[in-house]
This record gives sequence, structure tokens and C-alpha cells, in this order.
Amino acid sequence: MTEFLQLDLAPMLAATLACLACGLLGNLLLLTRQSLLGDAISHAVLPGIVAGFWVSGTRAAAPMVAGAMAAAVGATLLIALVRSRARLEPGAAMGVVFSGFFALGLVLIEVSGAHAVDLDVDCVLYGQLEALIWPAATGPGSLLDPVALAEFPAEAKTLALVLLLILGLLALLWKELRLAAFDPDFARSIGFAPRALSLLVLVMVSVACVAAFWAVGSILVIAALVAPAAIARLLTDAYARQFLLSGAAALAMGAGGYWAAALAPRVLGLDHGLNAAGMMAVTAGLLLVGACLLGRRGPAGRAQRRVAIPVRAPAAAE
Amino acid sequence: MSAALLDALLLAGGYNAIVVALGCAAFGLAAGSLGCFVLLRGRALVADAAAHATLPGVALAFILTALLGGDVRSLPLLLTGGAASASLGVLAVGALTRGGRLRDDAAMALVLSISFGLGVVLLSVVQSLPVGGQAGLKGFILGQAAGMSAFDAQLIGALALLAVLLLAALFRPLAVLCFDREFAAAVGLPVRLLDLALMGLMLAVTVAGLRAVGLVLVVGLMVIPAATARLATERLAVMVLLAGLLGAFAAWLGAGLSATLPGLPTGATIVLVACALFVLTLVFAPRRGVLAFAWRQAQLSLVTARDHALRTAFEARESEAPGQLAAWAELGRGAGWSAWQRALLPWWVRQAGLATTEAAGGVALTPAGLALARDLTRRHRLWEHYLQSAGGLPPGTAHHAADEVEHTLPPEVAREAEAWLRRHDPDRLGPVDGLPPPGETGMKRP
Repeated sequence: MTEFLQLDLAPMLAATLACLACGLLGNLLLLTRQSLLGDAISHAVLPGIVAGFWVSGTRAAAPMVAGAMAAAVGATLLIALVRSRARLEPGAAMGVVFSGFFALGLVLIEVSGAHAVDLDVDCVLYGQLEALIWPAATGPGSLLDPVALAEFPAEAKTLALVLLLILGLLALLWKELRLAAFDPDFARSIGFAPRALSLLVLVMVSVACVAAFWAVGSILVIAALVAPAAIARLLTDAYARQFLLSGAAALAMGAGGYWAAALAPRVLGLDHGLNAAGMMAVTAGLLLVGACLLGRRGPAGRAQRRVAIPVRAPAAAE
Repeated sequence: MSAALLDALLLAGGYNAIVVALGCAAFGLAAGSLGCFVLLRGRALVADAAAHATLPGVALAFILTALLGGDVRSLPLLLTGGAASASLGVLAVGALTRGGRLRDDAAMALVLSISFGLGVVLLSVVQSLPVGGQAGLKGFILGQAAGMSAFDAQLIGALALLAVLLLAALFRPLAVLCFDREFAAAVGLPVRLLDLALMGLMLAVTVAGLRAVGLVLVVGLMVIPAATARLATERLAVMVLLAGLLGAFAAWLGAGLSATLPGLPTGATIVLVACALFVLTLVFAPRRGVLAFAWRQAQLSLVTARDHALRTAFEARESEAPGQLAAWAELGRGAGWSAWQRALLPWWVRQAGLATTEAAGGVALTPAGLALARDLTRRHRLWEHYLQSAGGLPPGTAHHAADEVEHTLPPEVAREAEAWLRRHDPDRLGPVDGLPPPGETGMKRP
């Protein structure tokens, strides 16, 4: 039990919180048809994170969030410039900008010497869940002990804060976001600002990317952003149920993925754990396959089949 | 360090280094030229998803080879595994979008991240295998040109050159496909087969780049040189050639840099070199560059300000006693000059021989200036009348609208507008080639 508290509780919690925060936010991306934005931002924030880390020399969240936001906004502006000047479709313009930013981030890690401290390429690729240990835990009593809780890894606390922020935002803008997602033209005509909304989504996604960076890294955060929302989308057409299902999927992905990677091998008597961040993506993949199969049988799939039946031309027309 | 870099770049670093540099450059050539078609066909992100989807195949090939007791460093085996799983990834994108509930952007993000996750899990299995060579696998993620064997470089170069040859053979039909798929189908080209060929070439170039550039950034070397070339030229053949050369240069320089500065990930260095070339082109490209654009804008605003001042001078001559000349300051006010235009324009107009400054500070138009001013005034009034007659604008609005269009619309359009007026509203114009009356009759100019 103490071993679980010391070694596994904080990473498991961080993984779950990261998946929940990203997964709920992912609904906005998916419903406003901007899944690519998650892909682009998660790559583009890397130089900002590294620069923030370089300047402050610590894992303090604020400088990294500031750097990441600057990088995200800068990348978005650049994407627009490249689109108009080079006459590229949005996907290609994103590809140009985010691979450039990502490469810059990787080189910055080497140049800044960040790798010597705490931030290395491995962390970018798979996160660093195993670094989130809680050595102050001595037993279940530590969960109520303020002294021990003060030692709880700060990354997990930041993630909890980000999740609260996202939940608050969703609650506050529930109706507006729904309108923007399902009827953007009407939303614009009644004066609801889609530009402000896209900026808000941009900022929130970059915050979530930074928060989830330590948990899953820069690439697997895309799975956390897109997979829960996609799983829910395959199963339902209802707005509220979409959020509930994606929350459940994110929970299963985070906690289940960590369990399958770190705890299951131990239960099976293997001495080698698997990569937890990767396992979370794999769990999401399994859930996605399940949702695909289930979605075809469920009400959503039936409605689709009904639409797909070809209309037969009346015989009298001959 | 600089001597070592020079050696690496000038192909003087021994047989192995030369072969590696040439292999990387060949890959850059293939990636850059193929990238043009990938870009124009809108397949950039599929290429990215496919590249990430190579990781589980590479890792699985490593595990199987290790279990069967083969050579785990064998590049052909690893690349075959990568190509197989990348193909599955491309099929998965199609399968996910088939239901119509997920758009292709979501499907690509899902395939990219989940297959990368699977690869990462398999890599952690690889770590626990009791064989050596695991460290080399990480090179497939971010690229590692250092330590590449001559055989590997030759394999990469051969794959890349094969792709370039195929591309050259299919150039015509692929060009038609990229510009207009419907047209290509209508003239009887096998569009599905061509799309499949493009996808196959893309997969081949992707796996060829895994060892040098790495799967995370391989798409960068397809997209960035192609986008750079697109900024510089309008012609596809030139664009493909240019992108290929840019890609080759970036790969050669980047690989050389990372070989001499250990720790620098090769893929990131190559992509940054390509990016630097892109940024330079974005700023300095002769026609589409940011500077050229700003220069054209400044030129247009200067010419506009000059034309308005000349018109003001001309109209002052029409209304007032010919002996009374307006000063530059008055002309500038009438034409709405900004501060820098006030400083620059009097000099420029005099220099161009359009006007002279008289003793009392008045501005006198030279014969050339007068002719130009008359033409400008005529053009402006023509547009005023046209906008009032054909567009139904009130006089004041028409005056401002004419100010907007007269500098940007080409002369042919102005001639058409005049012809329209001659047909429909000839009273407004007066005699042919004569000067129409001011368009805002009964209105005072603001």
C-alpha cells in the first residue's frame, strides 16, 4: 500500500487528470472541426516550454505556460501568413509551421543544456510520469496529513487546477459553445464572437498541452486531446452525453492505461513495466475500436443505415 | 569543430562519411520533389500520420527479429516493418472516416497519436529484451545520421533515387491529378491507381527517411521545401526541381551539422535548415515575398498620393485664374498626404519632370505633368460617372469609391466602363476624348 502511495498514486492521478483535462477540451476541437489545431499546438508549444524552462531554470508552471502561449499564438499567426503568402491549404501550412517549431524546440533543448537538468528529449516523446513520486507518504494516513500532502508532486496539483479551470469554462460557456459547435453561422449572425472563442480554445489548448507535457509528452497529448471526444462522437449525437462519455473515456484511458502499463505487469509477476504514456494511447485505441463496433449497432449507427438506403426509382417512370 | 564541419560538408571525412552525406542528400532530393505532389494533392497530414505509424512496425520487426535470432540492426527488416504498419495506418484513417461521424482531420490525429503510443509501448518491451542494439531504435524517432553504416546510407540513397525516377516517369499524369482530379478522370487517366502510386511513393520516401530524419519530422522535409519552392515559382516543373534541390541541400547541411555537433538530433537540424531557407524565401521571394509585397504596397500608395496631388493641381487650374499657383502644402492637403509623403513627393514629382516650383512657392505643371494630370482627372471623372450611372451611387460616395478603384483596376476595365457609358448615358461624358465635367455636380468637394 505504501509502495502504491509513494510510487504509483501521483503518476496515476496525474495521468487521469491530464486525460480528463485534455479529453474534455477535445470535445470543443472535435465539434468545431479543429482537431488538427490540437495536433499543431501540441507540437508548436515545445519551443515555448523549453524557453520558459530555460529562463526560470525550474519546472515552475507559470513561465512555461507563458512561453507555450506565446509560441501557440505565434504559430497561429505564422500559419495564417504562410497560408496567404504561399497559397497553401491549411493542413500544409500547419505542417510547415509546426514541424519547424518542433524542430526548434528539440534543438533548444540541446543548446540550452536543459537536458542536463530535468528536461530531455525522452520527456518530450513519452512524458515523465515515473518522476512523479511521493516519498513523504508513509501509509493511508498521509492522504489526510497536510505535511505529507505539501510534498505531493506539484505537477499533479497543477493538473488538478487546470482541470478545474476547464470545467469552469465549460460550465460558464455551455450554451455558447453548443451554439458555436452546431450552428456557427447562426452564432455569428446573433453577434456571438467566434474569433474570441477560437482564441479562447487556442489558449486553453496550449495551457492543457503544457500541463499534460510532464504526464504524456508532446506527441501523445494528441491522443488525450482527440481520442476521448472521438470515442464519444462514435456513440452519441447528444451534446451533454458527448461530454459525459468523453469524460468516462478519458478516465478509462488515464487510469486504465497507467494500470495496464505499471501495475498489471507487476501483478503478472513481470519485473519490467511498460511505457505508461504509450499504454494510455493504446487503451484509447482499444476503446476507439470498441466504440466503432458498438456505434454501428447502436442507435446512431441504425439512423445512419436508414439514411444510407438508396431510394429506388418508381417503376412507373419507365 | 569548424574543421570537422567543413570536412563533413565537403565530403572529405572518409568513405563512410561521404556515403552517409550522399545518402541523406539523395533522400532530401526525393522528399523535396515528392513533397510538391503531396502538398498539391492535400496529403501532407496523411504523410505525417503514416510517418508516426511506422514506429510500431519498426519496433515489432525488432522484437520478431530478436526472437528469431536474426540481426536486429538490419535496416531492410526494420524498414519493411515500418512500411507495413504505416500502410495499416493509412488504411485505418480511411476506415475511421468511412462512417461519416469522424472527419479526416480527427482520424489522422487519432492514427498518428495512437500508433505512436503503440510504438512507444513496444519500445519499452524492446528495452527488456536480452539483446543489444536497442539504443539504435531511438534514432528512428528523431533521426540519427551519426553512426549510420555505408550499407544503410546506400540503401536509403537507392530507395530515394528509385522514388525520384518513378516520380519523373509519372510526372505528367501526377501533375494533372494534382491540379484537377475530375479533369484527370475525364481524360481517361487511372486516377485511383495514380493516387495509390502517390501514396506508395510517399510511404517509400517516409521509410527511407526514418533513419536520417526520424519519423516525427520526416513530413517536415516533404512539406517545407515544397512550400518554399511554391513561394518562388508558379511553374510545377521548376517547383519540383527547386524543392528537390532545397531538400537535398537541407539534408546534406543538416546531417553534416549534426554529425559534428553530437547531441544535436539530426532530424531537427535538417528541418531547421529547411525552415531557415523557407523563412528567407518568405521574406525575400521576388513576387510573393513579404518584402516584395510591402514594396508594391508602398509604391502603390506613393503613386496614389502623387496622382491625387496632380489632379488637385489640374482642377485648381480649371477653376481659378491660371496665374495663381497652389503651393505644395495646399496640394498635399487636398490629396491627403501623410508626413513621409509630404517630405518625399515634391522632390519626386520635380525629379520626374512633372512640375516645377516657381519663385513664389507655387507649383507649376510642366507640359508632361499637365498631360498626365489631365489623363488622371479624366480617368477619375470617368469612374465617378460610371459609378453614379451604372452603380447608382450618390455623387459624394462615387467620388470616394472612384479614388479606391482608379489606381487598382487595369486600363482595359476603365475602357470598358467608358464604352458602357457611351452606350447607356452619353450625356455625362461630353465629346469623345474630351474631359467630362466633374462628377459631383452640385456638391462641394470634402
